[in-house]
Amino acid sequence: MPKKTARLGVDIGGTFTDVVLEISGGSYSAKVLTTYIAPENAIIEGMAQVCSKARVSPSVIKQIVHGTTLATNALIERRGAKTALITTEGFRDVIEMRTESRFEQYDLNLSLPEPLLPRQMRYTVPGRIDANGNELVPLDRADIEKVVHKIAVAGYESVAIGLIHSYANDTHEKLVRDVVCELMPQTMISLSSEVSPQMREYERFNTVVANAYIKPLMKSYLDRLKGKMNEAGADCNIFLMHSGGGIISIESAANFPVRLVESGPAGGAVFAANIAEKYNLDKVLSFDMGGTTAKICLIKDFTPKTSRVFEVARTYRFKKGSGMPISIPVIDMVEIGAGGGSLAQVDAMRQIRVGPESAGSEPGPACYNKGGDKPAVTDADLVLGKLDPENFAGGSIKLKKSSSETVLQNVLGNSLDMDAITSAFGLVEVVDENMANAARVHAVENGEDLSQYTMIAFGGAAPLHAGRLCEKLGVDRLLVPQGAGVGSAIGFLRAPFSFEANRSVYMSLSNFNDKKIKNIFTELQLEATKFVKDCDPISEILSEFKVYMRYSGQGWEIPIVLTKDQAMIPDVDIFKSRFIEDYVKLFGRAVDGMDIEITVWSVNATTPHEEVKSIMENSHTKNTPSDGQRKLYDHQTEDFKVVDVVLRNNMIAGSSVDGPIIITEDETTIIVPANRTAICQSDGSIDMRLKVLK
Amino acid sequence: MKHSNVAYQVMWNRLISVVEEQAQALVRTAFSTSVREAGDLSAGVYDVKGQMLAQAVTGTPGHVNAMADAVAHFIRRIGTDKIFEGDIYITNDPWEGTGHLHDITMVTPSFYKKELVGFFACTAHIVDIGGRGFGADAASIYEEGLYLPIMKFADRGQVDQTLLKIVRGNVREPDQLVGDIFALSTCNEIGHRRLTDMMKEFGISDLIKIAEFIFENSRRATIERIASLPKKSASGELTIDGFEHPINLKVKISIQNDKIISDFTGSSGLDKKGINCPLVYTKAYACYALKVAIAPEIPNNAASLAPFEIIAPVDTIVNAVHPAPVALRHIIGHFVPDAVFNAFDKIVPSIVPAEGAGCLCNFQVSLRPASDSTLSKNAKRSEVLTFNSGGSGARPELDGLSATAFPSGVMTMPIEATEHAGPVIIWRKELRPDSGGNGKQRGGLGQYMEVGAQAGHEFDFQAMFDRVNHPANGRAGGGAGAPTTIQQDDGTQMNGKGKQFIPNGRKVIMAFPGGAGYGEAKDRSLDQVKRDLLRGYISIETAAEYYGLNKEDVDEVQKAIENGEDF
Repeated sequence: MPKKTARLGVDIGGTFTDVVLEISGGSYSAKVLTTYIAPENAIIEGMAQVCSKARVSPSVIKQIVHGTTLATNALIERRGAKTALITTEGFRDVIEMRTESRFEQYDLNLSLPEPLLPRQMRYTVPGRIDANGNELVPLDRADIEKVVHKIAVAGYESVAIGLIHSYANDTHEKLVRDVVCELMPQTMISLSSEVSPQMREYERFNTVVANAYIKPLMKSYLDRLKGKMNEAGADCNIFLMHSGGGIISIESAANFPVRLVESGPAGGAVFAANIAEKYNLDKVLSFDMGGTTAKICLIKDFTPKTSRVFEVARTYRFKKGSGMPISIPVIDMVEIGAGGGSLAQVDAMRQIRVGPESAGSEPGPACYNKGGDKPAVTDADLVLGKLDPENFAGGSIKLKKSSSETVLQNVLGNSLDMDAITSAFGLVEVVDENMANAARVHAVENGEDLSQYTMIAFGGAAPLHAGRLCEKLGVDRLLVPQGAGVGSAIGFLRAPFSFEANRSVYMSLSNFNDKKIKNIFTELQLEATKFVKDCDPISEILSEFKVYMRYSGQGWEIPIVLTKDQAMIPDVDIFKSRFIEDYVKLFGRAVDGMDIEITVWSVNATTPHEEVKSIMENSHTKNTPSDGQRKLYDHQTEDFKVVDVVLRNNMIAGSSVDGPIIITEDETTIIVPANRTAICQSDGSIDMRLKVLK
Repeated sequence: MKHSNVAYQVMWNRLISVVEEQAQALVRTAFSTSVREAGDLSAGVYDVKGQMLAQAVTGTPGHVNAMADAVAHFIRRIGTDKIFEGDIYITNDPWEGTGHLHDITMVTPSFYKKELVGFFACTAHIVDIGGRGFGADAASIYEEGLYLPIMKFADRGQVDQTLLKIVRGNVREPDQLVGDIFALSTCNEIGHRRLTDMMKEFGISDLIKIAEFIFENSRRATIERIASLPKKSASGELTIDGFEHPINLKVKISIQNDKIISDFTGSSGLDKKGINCPLVYTKAYACYALKVAIAPEIPNNAASLAPFEIIAPVDTIVNAVHPAPVALRHIIGHFVPDAVFNAFDKIVPSIVPAEGAGCLCNFQVSLRPASDSTLSKNAKRSEVLTFNSGGSGARPELDGLSATAFPSGVMTMPIEATEHAGPVIIWRKELRPDSGGNGKQRGGLGQYMEVGAQAGHEFDFQAMFDRVNHPANGRAGGGAGAPTTIQQDDGTQMNGKGKQFIPNGRKVIMAFPGGAGYGEAKDRSLDQVKRDLLRGYISIETAAEYYGLNKEDVDEVQKAIENGEDF
């Protein structure tokens, strides 16, 4: 795409809607409160603000890239359409029976999350396909009509169709669709073989139900957005960020709204990947900490780690298994209940526990002085000197330290026999350790060693905690980029057009069929390319080929990336050696004598990656003037130390400061620990590294 | 270096995360479906005396609590003077490991700067260990498979190749088992590396202080909970099907100042077949039941488990000793919590649930081309194992959980994945209406399953079910759950346990048991009764007969269904 066009990145979050305008090399951002009832209004407001900052009219905007939590929130808050599921006889309860296990084994009063659709909204038809895609029992049109008639009478707005083994053979699902189309022409339809053609019925059915459930809502929102934009004079193309870190057309988004889930955090990961490329960092840990949660993502070779399934709407302390699985291509992140607003308490072992309960914006942490009576992470940060009470959020919110001290003493100190300061230190150590643990487990699940990684931190609360987190994880280098507060929205503008098409087809290497493989890849490539062409008919479209492989008998596949030749001229020996190479890298040793199988095939079509100018790194050349001093708690001596405060605005390329020191700006505060030096790079990023021992 | 309490708290959290990493590494690399799909495993870290410091959250209670005692056996058997850096130990001893030959336990000593600082241990349920195969039919442990006494798998880094040859020569899936053994040792290694990182970071050279901190806080918290209970004792009982004769589980719970004693004197004697339970496994589930009732959030370690003592006479069903057959010891073990709850409820009412389905509803099918079939030579023989669950008992304030494992912590497998494992067809797997016991709180629903084979195949069906003749009993006036039923689609009745032949073309039709109800059905709120009818959890007949739902309400619900409404 041409470089000079004006583009708008829009991220609708839970509290704020972030808008970023990029025009002729300049960048303007605005943060406005999210308008829940009509989210498009906040976009219009934000667009007006950035346009006025840039002194341009909305008509110069040629493209809007949009990510939103609306889809996620509709699922969490159960605000979807009246939806029916049509499934295979004998399997009415798949989405209710889940994995038949308890995600928390020590809670006698555990409640499992309710399925999106209660039982009476789930209908069954006869007919059965087997694991190889053969028809075991035919499906009779008359049987479908009986069921669809009931659904029509009940007046459902949206219908999900999910039949057993439909990923292997979709003819029965298509037959059901045809009947629904005929008898209920106004109804929206979603097919599991289109939304998520992957093996494992619970995940696939849940995904198609989620898609159907939010489809009417998202379609109506996207239609309104288009209209409002036109009214406001921005007659431009609107594209949507998807969970996999690419962008798709507004029409694709309306058909597959489930692919918009978690698109905001995905934008953050793309933002970090872009910074990683500028700095030529092949192993990066992105750390995004906001008001209620922290998100951690691994980025290798400038590409965020992806996955084929993730969980949305976790209901029980963000615990694995307490949400609903959605199987779509997604940027793989861990999200835990650790943000500036996360609240602390003392448990039965007299240990401090933090989160996932959050103070939100009302009443907010105790220091907001709006009635918060439990200590939040922000309260502890304030008491430890990390935050300036007079200059929080650019001075827009005045913080009251004595309120923080009181609740820290009351809730933690009194039961643990500690003063407010030690309580604050304990609280911060616990929340930092929680985040470090989440990062460690995520790394081991992916066979990675974090000590070789660089951290990129963004989101309002991240720069306060990132330094300590690096120490805990053994990470040597930390970057805090510019625009950290609106990172996701900036990330949207860096994302390529892309669409990943997946299919589950089992093939063991002992039954290797090169003709069939060529067919699968050709079909997938056609499907994926079509989506991208709809967005960008001009650009070259690149295809990435991937298979998921494992030893026959294992349950976890590992992704194997293939070149175009390896995919299109398939050779069994190459498949085998590529698998063994990656398996050994992950787990240490190959297992001799076992057959190897391919379970999932995937093609990701994408427009070429925007070229990134690499940064010429500066070394320590200039000192930075101090803007004052304040007392900062030092975790090693467990006491306060007077340290300098400098303004980020006073730091230009090459400026450097030695920790312990505090760097302040409107959006956030950066804490540089005692063992680190911070250098300002030419793109404005603060680059923190371990001090060189002299 | 002196550390503050905050530092020790961080180290404690770290240890719990270290063992969780250890467990995840096992899930990622294991071959057995029971480990990688169903999570039938455990991982933990121990001090030099073999006292457990922390245990992974991932895992199932039978393993979790049984493995707590295992490391001390390893230290004793190997000998402290023969423990070297690079060693890895192994066993599947039911009495010094986790209860049957199908569980492999591996222990790795952890050295830091040449000094022994602790141990890592892990356990996994493997699919085959030779012998008769996984099932109830053996008359002694010798028929149940290969026995590996506590021994070195690796001595100072050298793997014992003779041992590997013997293992390979005695099991049906040698590659898979050897792969699993290596996965177990890899997972201990990952735990060890993370522990070393932690010790470096905090500048400690042993685990003595952190162990004291963990044990002191856990002991105090557990004993505080026990001290708050009435100092009383009470007995509970439970009767289940057993193999050939019904089995009676009897337990007397005595609450003292600083401990709780569970005495199983009076329980049935040994069964002739392999459903007997070693004491360590009985203890694991008795402990789980009490912990979940009074101190659920206190992490498992030597000190938090110590106040729960157990007594059971030798040669009873809950304390089987060598050479009794114990392959399906989980059947007894999974019913122990119901017996304990029956006693505990008399001491502290309104905490524990009514009886539930109890043991998992597992079965294994061995498929082969039918003798009368004209299938091609490509037709394959397959072993397919599935884990399934009935309903759990209703809670004092909540309904039971439908088709959800309790007390076991394992998962089921997707039927689409099961059908890829062999020529098996699962024709039905869905909730079983009217199977939850009636009550103010309704028992969880069981489930229906129907299993057959692709045309031209016959199979052996290995049943591992209970509650055919002894359904779950209600509490506080609640009704019983529905019993297990099993038959072929032509009406041929089948047994709840043991290997049974299914000819070409036949299906096995099963209904798994529901949990029992809590409180009297007449006290159930009208809204809940109407909702149950709306969702089809109960029939119109049940709604009318047991809950007294009148005609107008029934009509209202029917109308809502027709209109696609929910309430």
